[in-house]
Amino acid sequence: MIQFKNVSKTYNKTNQALININLEINKGDFIFLVGPSGAGKSTFIKLLLKEEEPTEGNIFVEHQDITKISRRKTPYLRRNISVVFQDFRLLPNKTVYENIAFAMEVIEASSREIRRQVPMVLGMVGLSDKAKQYPHELSGGERQRVSIARAIVNNPSILIADEPTGNLDPETAWEIMKVLKQINRRGTTVVMATHAKDIVDTMQQRVIALEKGRIVRDQHKGAYGYED
Amino acid sequence: MKIRTINYMIKQGFIGIWRNRGMSIASISSVAASLAVLGVIITIVLNINNLSYIAQMQFDTIQVYLEDELTVEEISTLGQDITAIPGVQYVEYESKEDALNKMKEQWGEQGHLLDVLEDNTLPNSYVIHVENIEVSDDVVKELNNFAGIEEVKYHKDIVDNMLRIANFIRAIGLGLILILILVAMFIIANTIKLTLNARKQEINIMKYVGATNWFIRWPFFIEGMVLGLIGAVIALIFVHYGYQYTFDLLTTRFYVMLSVYVVSVEEMMSKTIPVFTVLGAGVGALGSIVSLRKHLRV
Repeated sequence: MIQFKNVSKTYNKTNQALININLEINKGDFIFLVGPSGAGKSTFIKLLLKEEEPTEGNIFVEHQDITKISRRKTPYLRRNISVVFQDFRLLPNKTVYENIAFAMEVIEASSREIRRQVPMVLGMVGLSDKAKQYPHELSGGERQRVSIARAIVNNPSILIADEPTGNLDPETAWEIMKVLKQINRRGTTVVMATHAKDIVDTMQQRVIALEKGRIVRDQHKGAYGYED
Repeated sequence: MKIRTINYMIKQGFIGIWRNRGMSIASISSVAASLAVLGVIITIVLNINNLSYIAQMQFDTIQVYLEDELTVEEISTLGQDITAIPGVQYVEYESKEDALNKMKEQWGEQGHLLDVLEDNTLPNSYVIHVENIEVSDDVVKELNNFAGIEEVKYHKDIVDNMLRIANFIRAIGLGLILILILVAMFIIANTIKLTLNARKQEINIMKYVGATNWFIRWPFFIEGMVLGLIGAVIALIFVHYGYQYTFDLLTTRFYVMLSVYVVSVEEMMSKTIPVFTVLGAGVGALGSIVSLRKHLRV
């Protein structure tokens, strides 16, 4: 599904963010990406989203070398790899429904598809009754669920979550994890960068630990492994 | 592209214009002002061109006024001699009476005014048609050696001067226009930048959910082009009424026959409408490109 082959990323010729990363992620995996700040987690995600190009090596997504995709074709890659951020990034002047529909409108989905998909994903994240509310009327956890609904509305095969629980209290964080796990069970590969020790320890999923740009641990049913 | 997408883009374009009303007005004014100046320059250049074209048509001939005392034989010998000059195609004799009739014709409705003239003081003349306007200088030099000629009327220098003036105005005008258009473009680019800033968040999301680059860019193009086109329309209205007014002034108040020489309002508009439309939309599109290149990395 996702394969990193000898991938290195160096910023400004001296700042080595990732060094010779070799990694394989299978379809349907749930992966925690852990490591101290500056370990290379963000760079890893940026490379996957093709926001940055690796200095060396190749990255394959569904057998396609994404380092060889032209900038013009990048949008089509992003329809298959969607992303959820720590800060939700919802449009304040649109309702929950409109925020999710927006993701479909901009890739020119038909209104019939939109009318079918949006209620469905709202149901999946448990927000069917909040469709007409605006983001400022929602709690943090609800906002993150909206942003997850938006990320999956176009049926991506990979969902990247960049510290999705970073702004939430532990209880709400668990709600988010349930939603992510549910999405993962439907077959979507989930890659989640996180600092949440208890979540990683409890979930017992594959853990990839980065430090100073290198993979220092890749463990199935792993634990967080750091004392925060 | 789907109709809904096109609707979306046009709507976003207009929302952008409305959101930054102040800057939009500044952009439109600047385009309108630049094009209005261009309109004035086009007016002048077109008219001088027209005038010199008419002049060239009339003045690819050399008219020699003959002395009144010449006899019929002398006139005809002179005619043959002139025809023999190299470069002369043929000559036409124009008698005093012919000249008067021609004048009446040119004056049109006011021609009857000439009836009060008691004495026809117009000279007999030969109208010399030369092969081309370049040889006329040599022909004139030859003519000066002939006897019986009162005056050689020869307008190549006038035509040359007019063309020189037209070229000069065109050159100065082009320079001026280039600067004005650059300014207009800069102002549009800044307007677009404001819209870009207002929509930063939206664009960021669009990128992450996989909207194509063109999907993201189009609304800004539309915004720029609409700004440019509105400016063009305002400039066209200005040029139309301004020129109409000047045209009426020139043709009715001043000289009798001037309407022959002045380019009509319709012809003027038929030249300016396509030029302004293309330039207006072009300046707008360029302004967007400048802004998008600088501020929108998709």
